[in-house]
Amino acid sequence: MRFLRLKRLGKWVRAVISDARTWWTFFKISINERLVYRGDFMIGTLMRFLPTLTQIFLWWAIYDVISTAGSADSSGGPDGQIAGYRYGDMVAYYLMVTISRAFSSMPGLTSGIANQIRSGEVKKFLIQPVDMQGCLLMQRIAHKLVYYLIAALPFAFVFYLCGAFFIDGWPVADKLLVFFMSLVLSFALGFYLECTIGLIGFWFLEVTSLTFIYMLMNFLLSGHMFPLELLPEGPVNIRAVVEFLPFKYLAYFPAAVFLGKVEGAAMYQGLVVELIWVVFFIVVSRVLWFRGVKRYSGFGG
Amino acid sequence: MSATHPPRREDSASESSTLESLQARLSPSYLHVFLTFARNSLVRDMSFRMNFILQCCATMSWAAMNFGLFKIIYRHTESIGRGTGWFEDEFFIFLGTIWIINSFIQTFFMANAEEFSELIRTGNLDFALLKPIDTQFLISFPRVNWAQLPNGVLGAILILVSLNNLAADPDRTIYISIWNIFPFMFYVMCGVLVMYSVMIVLASTSIWLGRNQNLYTFWFYVTNFYRYPMEIYQRNGIGMALWATFTFVVPILVVSNVPARVLAQPMGRSWMNWEAGYAVLAAVGSLVASRYVFNLALKSYRSASS
Repeated sequence: MRFLRLKRLGKWVRAVISDARTWWTFFKISINERLVYRGDFMIGTLMRFLPTLTQIFLWWAIYDVISTAGSADSSGGPDGQIAGYRYGDMVAYYLMVTISRAFSSMPGLTSGIANQIRSGEVKKFLIQPVDMQGCLLMQRIAHKLVYYLIAALPFAFVFYLCGAFFIDGWPVADKLLVFFMSLVLSFALGFYLECTIGLIGFWFLEVTSLTFIYMLMNFLLSGHMFPLELLPEGPVNIRAVVEFLPFKYLAYFPAAVFLGKVEGAAMYQGLVVELIWVVFFIVVSRVLWFRGVKRYSGFGG
Repeated sequence: MSATHPPRREDSASESSTLESLQARLSPSYLHVFLTFARNSLVRDMSFRMNFILQCCATMSWAAMNFGLFKIIYRHTESIGRGTGWFEDEFFIFLGTIWIINSFIQTFFMANAEEFSELIRTGNLDFALLKPIDTQFLISFPRVNWAQLPNGVLGAILILVSLNNLAADPDRTIYISIWNIFPFMFYVMCGVLVMYSVMIVLASTSIWLGRNQNLYTFWFYVTNFYRYPMEIYQRNGIGMALWATFTFVVPILVVSNVPARVLAQPMGRSWMNWEAGYAVLAAVGSLVASRYVFNLALKSYRSASS
């Protein structure tokens, strides 16, 4: 009896080990895949900051107009505030958003899934004892890790140059902790949200326009374009609607936590809501996957 | 006798003339080829009509979002840059100009430039090189993306509305006449040529780099600088360096600024200054330069997968 139980346990351990090995292999392959294009990567990372550079000048010009004639605050920039943001805060916000985006953006995930469904490539996940989402998740984690490894240098360089824009300096420990947790969650949220949209491809073979709409919403509502505080609250309270949607956790929320725009109870509450959204999209994407596979008829060879 | 054996000199003359006529017949009418391309693309777009309409909606919503952003910004400030004259209506003329130039680029060149990178990667450029037509022409125009055109129309509407607002404003003394449309269109065309040249150079680099899949991203980042009035850069050392780079090295700042100034006349300033003359020079210069880079790149082309 005891022997049998031990045997079963051994079987289970072996299964876990072989599973872990499978994931580890996927992980390694993806890392190597990414390291092939190192040069592309470095350039790509620095390019990410070009829009920030124009933002610095654009907002300088804007703050210059609203500041009282000839005065400047302690940071040397023009004074005056827009929706509670000083000039430095505004630039710091855009810089922090590039970090949020480095975690939450999943280029090509939605279209990749939809293409695999359309071309019939998805069949390989139905035949092999490997889960599609798990495989993709490994791939993305590997890609992101390589990205941070290579991008750390250019990021550090840019942030060092722009240090003066962070008027209040580093935030205190608990904010920093929430900031990191919200970044990790934003990675998960971005992944499962895009998975969900890609898996809609089981029902509509062509999801390009859907992807575009998602990209648009993401760009506008995540706070990628401007801090959400700038949104008008009247006559229609657009801001309240946007605060309710999951998009803001992809860019705005981590940046706002870091800059102290969301504090205290609201900060922890936001973190919990973000977690709820992540769980929500995990469940939805799993349901879509199992439903989709059922109605899937493999086209192509 | 003479009928069966015509003089030799006459024979060779007629031979050369047939060769010439043959050449004339072979060398295609570029306009005709372009119109065929345009028609084919339209037929293709129209056979997926729903997709076409969705694409139109998508590009227009992108424009709407852009408009919304600046509407929000102008809730908080009265102009962009102190004393630059880019008040709300003036700036929306600028924005409309950008939309028009962008829609030209997206309609005629963007899809083709992306396709060019793909041709290089797959080695299918061989077929383009073999055809008896200028290669740059052939790779620049085969696909006309009609769905991008509505954005240009939106740009024109935005400009007209803003001009109307300006004309109704008694405080502004800008000179608006219907004839302004000609220099405006002329400078828009100069701008399109500059942007086309930048794109051809970017696409050509994929011959050397092999992989240039993110051409659109790259393009987005580079053209990011021409979306704003040049005055915002003219502030400190870095800004001036940026301004000089994107005026003299890659002349994309004049692309948007010169035509926008023709209509908007910020601060009542005349648009006829050195920048306007320089825009023409930039258009010609960048066209020549891009042609040179393109030919240089073609020389390094080694076909793939053969």
